[in-house]
Amino acid sequence: MNITLKVWRQKNQNAKGALETYKVSDVSPDMSFLEMFDVLNERLVTEDIEPIAFDHDCREGICGTCSMYINGRPHGPLEGVTTCQLHMRSFKDGDTIVVEPWRASAFPVIKDLVVDRTAFDRIIASGGFVSVNTGNAQDANNLPIGKDQADKAFAAAACIGCGACVAACKNASAMLFVSAKVSQLALLPQGEPEREKRALNMVAQMDAEGFGACTNTGACAAECPKEISLDNIARLNREFLSASVANPEV
Amino acid sequence: MGWLTKTLTSSIGKKVLMALTGLFLCTFLVVHLIGNLQLFKSDGGYAFNTYAVFMTTFPVIKVVSYVNYALILFHAFWGIYITYKNRQARPVGYAVNKNSSSIFSRSMAILGLILLVYLVVHMSDFWYRYHYEHLPYVKYTENLTTGDITTTAMDEGYTQVVKKFEISDVAAGTKTIIVKDLYKVVGYAFQNILLVLFYVLAMFAVSFHLIHGFQSAFQTLGLNHPKYSPLIKNLGIWIFAILIPIGYAAMPLYFYFLK
Ligand code: HEM
Ligand code: SF4
Ligand code: FES
Repeated sequence: MNITLKVWRQKNQNAKGALETYKVSDVSPDMSFLEMFDVLNERLVTEDIEPIAFDHDCREGICGTCSMYINGRPHGPLEGVTTCQLHMRSFKDGDTIVVEPWRASAFPVIKDLVVDRTAFDRIIASGGFVSVNTGNAQDANNLPIGKDQADKAFAAAACIGCGACVAACKNASAMLFVSAKVSQLALLPQGEPEREKRALNMVAQMDAEGFGACTNTGACAAECPKEISLDNIARLNREFLSASVANPEV
Repeated sequence: MGWLTKTLTSSIGKKVLMALTGLFLCTFLVVHLIGNLQLFKSDGGYAFNTYAVFMTTFPVIKVVSYVNYALILFHAFWGIYITYKNRQARPVGYAVNKNSSSIFSRSMAILGLILLVYLVVHMSDFWYRYHYEHLPYVKYTENLTTGDITTTAMDEGYTQVVKKFEISDVAAGTKTIIVKDLYKVVGYAFQNILLVLFYVLAMFAVSFHLIHGFQSAFQTLGLNHPKYSPLIKNLGIWIFAILIPIGYAAMPLYFYFLK
């Protein structure tokens, strides 16, 4: 396959970027999208051109680092698939593919396709955890949890924090991510003690990071590689509003 | 009260205010439509004109209508403000964007702005004229035994202090009512094809705004449920985005083509 790539190049956070065109020839349809970038980068090195910086780690769809906005969609054309799990057979010979970084004021571009997603880390640090004393884990059967409830919590816990929801949303809203993180704990007894504080603090942090407000367009869920459901956003709204009313702190 | 301000100015709280005011405006749409259906009665405007007097004099309704005006303005400006803030969350856009959301959900602010322009035109067409301009008066004489009503237009210069002059003549067996003839003003306004077109197009904006808006408001309030959410979605589409706009659009079309 022969592919024409238009890739966002930007030297650093303060530089002005632009789309640059690269031709990549002899691409195997069995290559992953990132392998195609590897091949191109190796060539660029030999041509004395700075290789394209892009984020990646596990390359098996579980770490959430591979952020690429491919032909107008985060993680490219497939449903429920991360960029690293996307293969060149999803494209046609002769295609032109436009690759851009996530765009959000809360995710500033560091270089080329790499954006700073530490805003997500700060949101998690503000409440996306359960505080437990160390020691032996108790017997799982001491905490009976209904199958429905466990399934919902598990589906929410599938979020890999990739930020595609923010990238796809016209408001660059992080509600799908935050709602998944709040839901996975709100649905389980382990999350109960810190439930109110968690919802209040994580929403406050999300707002402080400069993400937009959710207008329920649904672009996030449509583009999420882990197919996190919009039901979680309704749950987050409930959690936040009831915590706001019920929490004794004035 | 610090917590309340904090809640309502958070990103979720801001949207809750949009949802609550939006749903209030939806109930207004229902009430306003049912009242205005009296325009379709062929009674020389008797039912409609006396209804207009009731709506502008009954104290409870007066209070509700001023609350309604205030909430429309709040909803409009709050919505524009949220949209503006949301745009700031993405200062640099994409060169290529597929937009996997519905066009309605992405156009709420522009549809809202069209509605705001429409509301200004609509209020100055009828509300302003009814309250502040000289309107023709009409006299309805009801035969108390048969219930028949005869309609007589009052002279051009006629005016009265009370909104509704009402007198019963028991000996003659009649009741006479004199009121402003808003019905005639409406009928006259809708002889203008441009105004008719503008009104009908504005109802498309209502429809598109509510296709997304009605169900979105419930999601914002956290009210979703596998059993009831499909019902809410259907209610929003079939009643609020189709039936109600058609009902409203029928009024200018009725006067233009059938009167
Ligand atoms: C008949 C009048 C109107 C009705 C019945 C109405 C109804 C609604 C409803 C139900 C919502 C959904 C709230 C939510 O998403 O939580 C909404 C949202 C909105 N409305 Fe209205 N509205 C009206 C007029 C207006 C006007 C005049 C404007 C602006 C000039 C406006 C601008 C907006 C905006 C910007 C949103 C937020 C959009 C979003 O969340 O995606 N609306 N409206
Ligand atoms: S909700 Fe989906 S799109 Fe958003 S961060 Fe989690 S996995 Fe990525
Ligand atoms: S590289 Fe880990 S999910 Fe793609």
